[in-house]
Amino acid sequence: MLTIENLHAEVNGKAILKGIDLDVKAGEVHAIMGPNGSGKSTLSSLIAGNEDYEITKGEMLLRGKNLSELDAEQRAHEGIFLSFQYPVEIPGVSVTNFIKTAINANRKAKGIEDMPASELLKKIREKAKLLDIDSKFLSRSLNEGFSGGEKKRNEIFQMAMLEPSLSILDETDSGLDIDALKIVANGVNKLKNKDNATIVITHYQRLLDHIVPDFVHVLFDGKIVKSGTKELAHELEAKGYDWIKELASHGI
Amino acid sequence: MAYTEEELKKELETKEYEYGFYTDIDSDTFPVGLNKDVVRGISKKKGEPEWMTEWRLKAFESWSEMTEPEWANVHYKKPDLQAISYYSAPKSKPKYDSLDQVDPELLKTFEKLGISIDEQKKLSGVAVDIVMDSVSVATTFKKTLAEKGIIFCSISEAIKEHPELVKKYIGSVIPPKDNYYAGLNSAVFTDGSFCYIPKGVRCPMELSTYFRINQAGTGQFERTLVIADQGSYVSYLEGCTAPSRDENQLHAAVVELIALDDAEIKYSTVQNWFPGDKEGKGGVFNFVTKRGICHNRSKISWTQVETGSAVTWKYPSCILKGDHSVGEFYSIAVTNNYQQADTGTKMIHLGKNTKSTIISKGISAGKSQNSYRGLVQVGARAKNARNFSQCDSLLMGNECGAHTFPYIEAKNNSAQIEHEATTSKIGEDQIFYCNQRGIDTEKAIALIVNGFSKEVLNKLPMEFAVEAQKLLEISLEGSVG
Repeated sequence: MLTIENLHAEVNGKAILKGIDLDVKAGEVHAIMGPNGSGKSTLSSLIAGNEDYEITKGEMLLRGKNLSELDAEQRAHEGIFLSFQYPVEIPGVSVTNFIKTAINANRKAKGIEDMPASELLKKIREKAKLLDIDSKFLSRSLNEGFSGGEKKRNEIFQMAMLEPSLSILDETDSGLDIDALKIVANGVNKLKNKDNATIVITHYQRLLDHIVPDFVHVLFDGKIVKSGTKELAHELEAKGYDWIKELASHGI
Repeated sequence: MAYTEEELKKELETKEYEYGFYTDIDSDTFPVGLNKDVVRGISKKKGEPEWMTEWRLKAFESWSEMTEPEWANVHYKKPDLQAISYYSAPKSKPKYDSLDQVDPELLKTFEKLGISIDEQKKLSGVAVDIVMDSVSVATTFKKTLAEKGIIFCSISEAIKEHPELVKKYIGSVIPPKDNYYAGLNSAVFTDGSFCYIPKGVRCPMELSTYFRINQAGTGQFERTLVIADQGSYVSYLEGCTAPSRDENQLHAAVVELIALDDAEIKYSTVQNWFPGDKEGKGGVFNFVTKRGICHNRSKISWTQVETGSAVTWKYPSCILKGDHSVGEFYSIAVTNNYQQADTGTKMIHLGKNTKSTIISKGISAGKSQNSYRGLVQVGARAKNARNFSQCDSLLMGNECGAHTFPYIEAKNNSAQIEHEATTSKIGEDQIFYCNQRGIDTEKAIALIVNGFSKEVLNKLPMEFAVEAQKLLEISLEGSVG
């Protein structure tokens, strides 16, 4: 589904990514772990199409399509979804209105008519239930005055509504208490199928107890320094990031 | 949102002013220039009684001694008032019994404007009094209204048919000497609307007037007078569009509202006159005086969505004369390209326990300048007056300006006055967030702007709110990227 080859990127002239290779297939869950400042969020922003970052080398292909030729909204139409680490507030725009606009924009890009209101309502109810979201929440202004947990739950709610083929969860566990974490993880697991893929970006291992990855990659200083299966996450948790720093310093 | 994506796309594709067409109708137009004879001529053309002619002449005299005000935060070339023709009426003048008799060209114009009179008749329960080139050409729903004793007609008709009401109230809230443009209007107004709601009557439908400037080089001077008698209620809608013209068109209307004891008037405006092109060429000058007076326990609520005009100079105000009276002002003003708007309100608290609310949302884009100017005045005997003002500005890009000029004068120490103001910019992070969800930038801005304006949009009657949302989007089209 997603192939990243030798990706180099910089922001304001500062190199952040220094050669990333990643191959994500349909039906897989990949976890990308790493200490702060290793380039995790830069990678997710780049895949989503944030123009603050500049690709200096390498490429990203989604089902063979070169992503650098697509705007952020076109990438969304292609099925890329980013669950933001810091979702923005849009005052006066309700959660429902926002998701309706997003769904219809995506349908329009595919040449499909607007979703009928009854179908939309049914879907909203179904997905809200899946994520234990109160109906009152849906009429609130998008992210305005939301707690950290509410923001993240709202991101996953949007993911559930939009049914993307590639979801990137950027630090979705931060700001979540254990109950909220379980609800969110449970939602993500239920949305998983053989045709979609998920990239989970996290600092800590605890989210991976609930969303079990097929592959774990450790990012350090703009490079993937180690890849493995879910056991790698446990190893990392036990040994700490200093272990990775040491590995990196030995040029592995 | 109640419109389809396709409709929006179509509108966004239209780079030129949407309603920039021109209707070809023979007009009976006065030569340019303004003097006593022209004032007399207008009065004669309209078949007005002597007292009205005299009133106009008196207004002309006082106006002749006045000078154009310069205190507003706008810059423009003053219109040459001697280069304007002060009367222009469609030739097919008589009132129609049915739509079949209306000039088909006119009907076509209405179609382009999206006003289907037939549909409106059937569906929405909106009575439409259409003013085109200063003369009312169609009035509907009159009968239904007449059964309730409601008078809704052109001001010219009212002058002839209801002189006692007009004589008593015209100029009572905005005297001809009030300001330069009100004086001019008083001398030369050619038409407008008149509305009277009798005691205790709740007007069963929204009363609506569509204004339209049509003839090149003719200024439009409408006069509106709304009287809500004791304990009555009326909601009045005013919506405007104009064809595009290169030369600046002057528009100086006067709207007077009178809410007698326990009455309520809700006055909503959507203004979409030609704002000039992208280089700032052309566009309508909108110098309007709107004011209402509230008697005991009455309420006047102004709601406006201002997206058009090259220069706007407009302060719908309330004189809270009666005890326990309430004044409200809800405004969205959008400026783009080279537009300039200086708009706001005056809340004059004279009675005891009077209350006023001001919610102003200014949106500036392009190279435009958007100013809020508001006065909250509490008189010496206005015990326990209360005011709440909120002025929010939203900026798009780095070349526009937002200004706030709040004036507060309190002469009674029991007054409670609150003023809140915010300024924000549409953030790139907000746009990116929307983009990531598949929403393009144009649509993202529309979404953010509609959210920002929501408190005011919610105050508009339903059909009007949809129209207003569309307008906001059209007005800001092309303001990014």
